[in-house]
Formats: sequence, structure tokens, C-alpha cells
Amino acid sequence: MARKLLLEHINVPGINTLDVYREKGGYRAVEKALKTLSPDEVVEEVKKSGLRGRGGAGFPTGMKWSFLAKPEGVARYLVCNADESEPGTFKDRYLMTYIPHALIEGMIVSSFALGANTSYIYVRGEMMPQIRILEKAIAEARNAGFLGKNILGSGYDLELYVQPGGGAYICGEETALLESLEGKRGNPRIKPPFPAIAGLYGCPTVVNNVESIAAVVPIINDGGDEYAKIGIGRSTGTKLISASGNLIRPGVYEIELGLPVEEFIYSDEYCGGIANGKRLKATVAGGSSVPILPANLTLKLANGDPRLMSYESLSEGGFATGTMLGSGGFIAFDEDQCIVRNTWNFSRFYHHESCGQCSPCREGTGWMEKVLHRLEYGHGKMSDIDLLVDVSKKIEGNTICPLGDAAAWPVASAIRHFRDEFEWHVKEPVKSLDTNYGLANYAEPIAKAEVTTGD
Amino acid sequence: MLKVDHQHPVEFSSALISKCDEIVKRYPEGKHKSALLPILHEVQAELGWLSTDAMDKIAAYLDILSIEVYEVASFYSMYFLRPQGKYVLEVCRTGPCCLVGAEKLMGHIEQSLGVKEGEVTADGLFSWRGVECLAACGYAPVLQIGPEYTFYENLNEQKVDELIQDLRKK
Repeated sequence: MARKLLLEHINVPGINTLDVYREKGGYRAVEKALKTLSPDEVVEEVKKSGLRGRGGAGFPTGMKWSFLAKPEGVARYLVCNADESEPGTFKDRYLMTYIPHALIEGMIVSSFALGANTSYIYVRGEMMPQIRILEKAIAEARNAGFLGKNILGSGYDLELYVQPGGGAYICGEETALLESLEGKRGNPRIKPPFPAIAGLYGCPTVVNNVESIAAVVPIINDGGDEYAKIGIGRSTGTKLISASGNLIRPGVYEIELGLPVEEFIYSDEYCGGIANGKRLKATVAGGSSVPILPANLTLKLANGDPRLMSYESLSEGGFATGTMLGSGGFIAFDEDQCIVRNTWNFSRFYHHESCGQCSPCREGTGWMEKVLHRLEYGHGKMSDIDLLVDVSKKIEGNTICPLGDAAAWPVASAIRHFRDEFEWHVKEPVKSLDTNYGLANYAEPIAKAEVTTGD
Repeated sequence: MLKVDHQHPVEFSSALISKCDEIVKRYPEGKHKSALLPILHEVQAELGWLSTDAMDKIAAYLDILSIEVYEVASFYSMYFLRPQGKYVLEVCRTGPCCLVGAEKLMGHIEQSLGVKEGEVTADGLFSWRGVECLAACGYAPVLQIGPEYTFYENLNEQKVDELIQDLRKK
């Protein structure tokens, strides 16, 4: 069995309450940090752990913390990004629903490390039930003396609040999130200055994903060096993977980074294979923004070696033959799924969610949606395919925030790997309305693979 | 598009105002505009939607311009700028949900309620719409119903029919 750091006690009845969470060793990290470590020592442990941001960008968390400006007499803020909206990603919802104190404990330790006395958890507004769960957990923690003035007699004060969003994917981008938290539209800011210098209310601010903050708890409990022993290379520790699509057992799984993709999809410890006896056609490995890969490139690198669930292995081969770990939103497509339709669906999503600040994204996402719509509905032209590539290239890299790239990559990669399916939609406009292109020849027909689990 | 009209005068209950007072306390002195999104949720939960008059009252309460409220309410997808059914069925329509039948489900809801997306049933009970990813892709297809945003997972046509019947009886 793989090691579990975040979800070890997830099935313990009542683990959502403070009492049971403490029985299982909860809030030890708060005691250890506040009573025996200095804030800089906490930052040092997180640096040693090699933890990388779990929201999608994969930037080293300890390094991000060390950039925080500390001018005298100016408030500093920690803001947790719980605006989980990347299609395919639902791990933060899971964590907050079932083990909310893991996030609260991580927030206390991390706020202490950064010298923040007021911290916010920005939760997407649709997660109203999770907001209620967190508010209850915060009240419990406060009653137990883990929040408020002079926590555990350490002299450290912290107030923690939950802030609901209003329903906007863009607020997952950290500067849009800060704008939203200030009561404005979620328009990303031009950087620099980065939030570490001028963030919330113009003050130095760190924004971290839910899972990153929760991971600080085992890092402090066991030490950064212990955490760094798990995983592979620069992909240290465990990662929550949200598995969805045509899988036998979709859901949230905690994996040790470095797990072979094939084992993750087919072994009974994880997804159990493709549902309904179908074969795998393609995957989106890290949330809708990352390039889609056909089945053969999902399971193996271009050189034939097995592909692993790690930052490096998933991006091996660049965008030509690789993708990204991203947020860990793993979507599996079976042989009956239409790549053109799914690409259109994702493009509609990005068009809907573009904040409208930058013309390439505001206009480009709409054009891509329109062109993909006509390809899907039998009105496409052969030149549309290159037109899509052209539009996607003109969005990529030309916007204030990464939403433009996120909208461009799924389209560009779908055409890169599945061009014949797009061409078939043009050649067979009527047939493509009610039948699918199928597995075709870009994916090795993969039956249920022989998988050895454990060691 | 936001239509400015003053056809729907509203009053905020004292309970609502004290909730708003609580929310404002979460932010540093002078940063009370941060309360705007949570307050919009509270007002919508009480009134069902955000009329121009309701938004003007929020602006007055927070001592900001009305336009600062309009621009925020019209930016975010959760805020209703026109009246809705008592129950708004919001079905996720993004990729992963569509891989397992969300589009068929929306067609079914349209048929059983007899209204198109965004319209309200004659009895005022229901409206429905497709929304973007609700971050529950592993339990797809899913829908949510405000103002508590109760979540319904692993749906099929039969489960949706039962849900609609239960809500009718409430």
C-alpha cells in the first residue's frame, strides 16, 4: 500500500470533528511549530520538503514563501485558494468536506511561518456546504484555543475567515482571487508586482492551494527531509489525484508521486480500469487546461519507457508528446468519446470564463468555440482546422494571465494528436452527427493491461 | 446584460442586516468593500434574486457606488439579475460530466419541466440552467440547488424525476 499523508484517516468516523481529528494526531503540527520552531524554521522545513504548489503551476511552495516581503509595520496575509474550478479537479472539495481540520491546521502553521495575523480561505461560492463545514471547524478550533489571541501561550495571534466567491473560474488565478477578495470583478492584475510584494490590500501576500497548505501539516510533523524521501526526483511527496470520466472507479486518490500512469488507471487499488469493458482512447492528465494525450502516449513516453505520475515524467517530451501534471485532474476518455465534441465543450468553458480584459483571450476563445461548434455540427471546412491552430497560437503567451494559454493548449493538442478525427468531421458531416470516429489508429488498442501492484 | 429598473422595491430584514454587520467585521478597517460578494449571496438567499433596488441598497449599506455593485453582480455567474424559479436546478455541463451523460440529462430536465434553459415554470417553482464545472467530476453527472447549494451526484433520469417530485411536494 502506498503511503498516505493527507487521507490516512479519511475513513475514520467523525474525522471531520476536532475531537476525533485530535485523537488521530491532529494539531500536533500547530503545537510543534508554535512551541518549538521559529517562523523561519517552519519555512526552512517546507523548503527542504521540496513541496510544489498543488494548484496546478507546481512552483516550489517554500521558495514562494521566502519571496514574501516583510516591511516593518505592514500587515502580511496568507490567502488559501479554494476556488477549485479546473474541469476534472475535485480534490480540494473532497479534503474540505471530509477532513476540514487538515486545512485549518495547515493554515495556522503556514500563517505562523509567514507572520500573518489575519488569513482568508477563499472558497468558490458554489461550495456553500463546504463553506459551512469550514466555518464550523474554525469555530471548534477557536474554542480549543488554536485560533484567536495568544495561541497556546505562544504570543502569536491569528484570525481565520472563509470568503465565498461568486462563481468565476478566473478567480483561481491568484491576483484575480485577490481582486475578488477585495470585492471587485475577478480581473487578473499585471505582474510585477507579485502578491509577495503587493497582494491583498496592497500588502505582502502569499496565495496557496488547499492541498499545498494541508501538506504543510505532515511536513512539520515528520520533517521536510522525511517528506522529500517520498516521491521521485523533484516530484516529492504525495499528490491528490481527481479521477473522472470513463473509469470503473472515479474518485479522489492520494498517490506517491512517481506511480506509473498505467498502474493508476488499471490497478484495483486506484481506478480499476476503463468502465463498461471499453478501451482507453485518450486522457487529460492534469485538468482541462493541459494538453490531451492519446492512450499510447499516456501510458508510455515516446521512447517506450513507462510514463509516471510526476511533474517531470508527465511533461517529458514537451507538448509534442507530453502534457503536465497540473492540478491532478485526471480525465479518461473511452473509445466512444468524440474528441472534437470534447474540445468544443472545453472551448465553450474558456470562452464563458474569460474575464474579457485581454482581446486575444476575450475574442479568441469565442472564435475557437464557434469554429469548433461548426466542425462538431457538420458545417466545418478543412481550412478550419488550421484556423484553430492559428487562433490558439495568437492567444498563447499574449495575455495577462494564464487563462489564455489554458484555453489554447487543449485545442492545439487535440489537433496535434487527433487531426484525422477533425478531418473526418469535415469529410463526413452527416455521419459525424450521430456516430463517432472511435479509437482509430492513433491509440494502440489497449485491453485491460497486466498490472502488478505493490512490491 | 444588466437592466436598470426600479420596479422591484425591497426591504432588508433586520436579520439580514445583522448578518451583513457580522460579515463586515472580517476585514480590516476601511476594507469593508470585501464584504460585497458574501453580502450579495446573503441578499440573494433572502430575496431569490438581485433587483436593481436590492443592489442600490447594498451600495448604500457599504457606502460604495451603485455601479461598483452592478459590475460585480454582473461579472460572477452565481448572481441572478432577474427573477428565477423557487428552485433553480443548475446542471454541470462541462467536459467530464458530458462524458457520462450530462447533456442527455439536461434534455430530460427541459422536457420534464416544460421550460427552456433560463425560463421559469408557470407555477413559479422551477427554473434550470447548465453551468460550468462544479468540481465534482468523479461523481458526475451532478446538479446543485441554491441558496444552500445542496448537491446531487451520480444522477440519472430517474433520480432527477424523483428529485423534482420531492421538491414539488415540499
